[in-house]
Amino acid sequence: MSTILETRGLNRSFGAVTAARELNVKIESGEVVGVIGSNGAGKTTFINMVTGYLPPSSGEILFEGKSIVGKSTREIIRNGMTRSFQVAQLFPEMTVLDNLLIALVAAEGPRPSFLGGLRSRSRIARADEILEEFAVQQYRNAIVSAVPQGARKLIDIAMALIGKPRMLLLDEPTSGVSVEEKFPLMDTVMLAVRRHKVTVLFVEHDMEIVERYVSRVLAFYSGEIISDGVPAKVFGDAKVQELVIGHGHGRKTEDKERSAA
Amino acid sequence: MLKLDKTEIWLVVSALVLLASAFLLPNWLTFILTLALAKALVVQGVVIQMRAGLVSFGQGLFFCIGGYSVGMGGAFLNIHDAFVLVALGVAASVGVAAILGLLMTRYRDIFFAMLSLALSMILYGLIVKNQALGSTDGFNVHDVSFLGWMPAGEDQKLVIFVLTVIVAGGIAIALNRYMKSGLGGVNEAIKENEIRVEFLGLSPRWILYANYLFAAGISAVGGAFTALATGHVDPEMAFWTTSGEFVFIALLGGTSHVAAPFIAAVLFALVRTYALELAPHSWQMILGFVLLAIIVFLPKGLWSLVAGKRRAAA
Amino acid sequence: MTTLYAILIDGMIYASWLFMVAAGLTVIYGVMRILNMAHGSFYSIGAYTGASLVGWYFSGAQGAPYWSYALLLGAALVSGVVVGLLIEQGLLQFMYKRDEILMVIVTYALLLILEDATKLIFGVDPYFTFQPYSLLGRSEIGELTFANYDLALIAVAAVIGAACWLTLNRTHTGKVLRAVIQDREIAIAMGVNVKLMFAATFVVGTTLGAIAGALTAPAISVSPGIGVEVIVLAFAVVVVGGLGSIEGAIVGALLVGITRAAAVHLAPQIELFVIYGVMALVLAVRPQGLFGRDLARKI
Ligand SMILES: Nc1ncnc2c1ncn2[C@@H]1O[C@H](COP(=O)(O)OP(=O)(O)O)[C@@H](O)[C@H]1O
Ligand SMILES: [Mg+2]
Repeated sequence: MSTILETRGLNRSFGAVTAARELNVKIESGEVVGVIGSNGAGKTTFINMVTGYLPPSSGEILFEGKSIVGKSTREIIRNGMTRSFQVAQLFPEMTVLDNLLIALVAAEGPRPSFLGGLRSRSRIARADEILEEFAVQQYRNAIVSAVPQGARKLIDIAMALIGKPRMLLLDEPTSGVSVEEKFPLMDTVMLAVRRHKVTVLFVEHDMEIVERYVSRVLAFYSGEIISDGVPAKVFGDAKVQELVIGHGHGRKTEDKERSAA
Repeated sequence: MLKLDKTEIWLVVSALVLLASAFLLPNWLTFILTLALAKALVVQGVVIQMRAGLVSFGQGLFFCIGGYSVGMGGAFLNIHDAFVLVALGVAASVGVAAILGLLMTRYRDIFFAMLSLALSMILYGLIVKNQALGSTDGFNVHDVSFLGWMPAGEDQKLVIFVLTVIVAGGIAIALNRYMKSGLGGVNEAIKENEIRVEFLGLSPRWILYANYLFAAGISAVGGAFTALATGHVDPEMAFWTTSGEFVFIALLGGTSHVAAPFIAAVLFALVRTYALELAPHSWQMILGFVLLAIIVFLPKGLWSLVAGKRRAAA
Repeated sequence: MTTLYAILIDGMIYASWLFMVAAGLTVIYGVMRILNMAHGSFYSIGAYTGASLVGWYFSGAQGAPYWSYALLLGAALVSGVVVGLLIEQGLLQFMYKRDEILMVIVTYALLLILEDATKLIFGVDPYFTFQPYSLLGRSEIGELTFANYDLALIAVAAVIGAACWLTLNRTHTGKVLRAVIQDREIAIAMGVNVKLMFAATFVVGTTLGAIAGALTAPAISVSPGIGVEVIVLAFAVVVVGGLGSIEGAIVGALLVGITRAAAVHLAPQIELFVIYGVMALVLAVRPQGLFGRDLARKI
């Protein structure tokens, strides 16, 4: 195994708030890493920094051994690392199909052509395969803003995977999704991820889900990583028990998420 | 590539009908149509930016550059060929846009609107203070030739009409392709969610830059043909109320179909011809109320009426 | 040396005028996030009502001439409040959920309507009401003479600026307003009557525009189109300072005012250019304006 993503002494603050303090993370190729931590712990900030959306105040980020600090988001995406979003980032007034077609165009290269049509036969065929893979065929021609949350999250992830990344960061893939839908959604996602042989890091509040899918857990608290290791070790950690899990982070996270959205 | 889709066939047919009618219509009407088509080209420049989510309240800048290039090319550079003059206008306009675009592509929403407005006002200010360019009065455009041929009087007007129709038709087909292309789709995607576009590995700025240059070029063609048709240019072309009119026509037609700006511009020109006679001091007021009505009742422009009917019939 | 004085004092006078014109625009944007394209129309409505009232006063009534200042202000207050309220209640209040850019277009439509309405009501011939202007005489500063009316405008602008700043930063209403600016939804949840706040803000903004117009009327010929000219200048000032910031409008007005005065005295042919040049320059360096806040979208 080789290291795919590594951060060294990553810091970030917003005014008086420290959202990341001395983050040292090393993720091996092929791992499935879960990230836990209460709201405001700095999980999204970590993903934002690693994908170039937010510059760190200080520290180093290495992707496949090469420094990516200062690189633009799109360079990092094209390099093979991508993400999904806490609130699905789609094109709300377009159909689901068009959303995928745009992602397919983007995957073809940084300079889309002004000649060939967007809705080419080959792209549509590809999009239909993806719709099936993520089990969202029934929304193919629906306008995104009329599609339910769970399907939106899946489409968001599908669009991220179209670029054939080697590393995927999922920011709360199951937030906003009903309890019954969470496991099927994660099953679909993890199946796709395995098929694409992607290293995954995902943020999740539901400990059962974390336990079921990950080989390793990072626990964030107030901008710091307070525990890192196999699930049993992290969940057993007294500090994690007190600061993360004790804070209402078992299963009943619904209300909290709603107020955070 | 060369196969025409349904829209394009309709465009060609409409252009042919217009060309055939050139010999039947009264001169004043062909003149109005020429100006309306030229104006529609500027509006197309506004529309392709609207499709990317940007409202330009300063497209008059490129309209004016196109027009003044024609005038100045004749007056100072001794160029009299219509084709060369139009090309000059496009080149000047795209050149200016290439520089301004570096700044403009950093802005969105109201900032883009206001900054584009300010830039066109800079040009207005420069021309107004320039005596050699006739200050606020502007100046007359020399008569032009067409590849060496120089028709006289009314024939010149007719030739310009024919040319305008052909060029507008060609640009319309190109725009139709552009709208439906991958790049066109990405432009719309930028309007809907720029962050996602960035996270798909694309550069919204680069794409908007290309779009900005494209819009500048088309608008300059409109300005150049306006100058050729009226035989006159003045700084009003760059004044922001002129740009406001382009925005008005763009919203009137809507952004969903390439034909909409043409229809809206012709409608606008015809209504204005009568309204200005009947109620010279209420014309703007009428426009204002119509604009409010569009925003409230037809947010996708008049074209949604056509599209709606078609959908209902299907 | 004399030129420097002239530039400074002319610049101050012009800056005061710019600030008065821009204040209402920035107040409305700051609270309501509406960039009011029709702001210039309120300026012109104020100018017209002020000019016609004062014209009537001097042509017929026998009162002391100094009452004309009260008339100017009164005209501005009444016209600004009435028209502002009418528009806010009759149209804008139904559109508060819309995009900022759509509101630009809505207020553009308003501008078109108000421009012609002004023409229909006041005609197209210019109004001259120089009496309030000349009444105050002139004074000499060094080798230069200035109209006292113009100098008085500096004081008026200072009063307006101070009033806006104090209201926003030192009163209870200001505190509530700042809550609305910070987060509209939370303010509503806290029980703030946002509708009322918006209506009041809009009326204050339009009245500020009308006051600027009325006070300018004695110094210019009031004719159609003055509002349209003014709006672009006001935009430049407000954008330089940072949309929605009173401090920004003050600094923006000073910067633009003094630069323009310098251009007028040193290189008159670039006068108009310079105003927008300053704007483009500031924006190139600080896209959000000097006092604007940078808002990245949270994802
Ligand atoms: N763009 C931003 N501007 C200001 N503060 C921010 C920004 N993004 C995050 N924060 C702050 O940083 C802290 C961590 O936020 P975040 O990374 O979103 O937490 P999490 O994803 O773990 O819930 C919070 O206190 C949040 O308010
Ligand atoms: Mg988060």
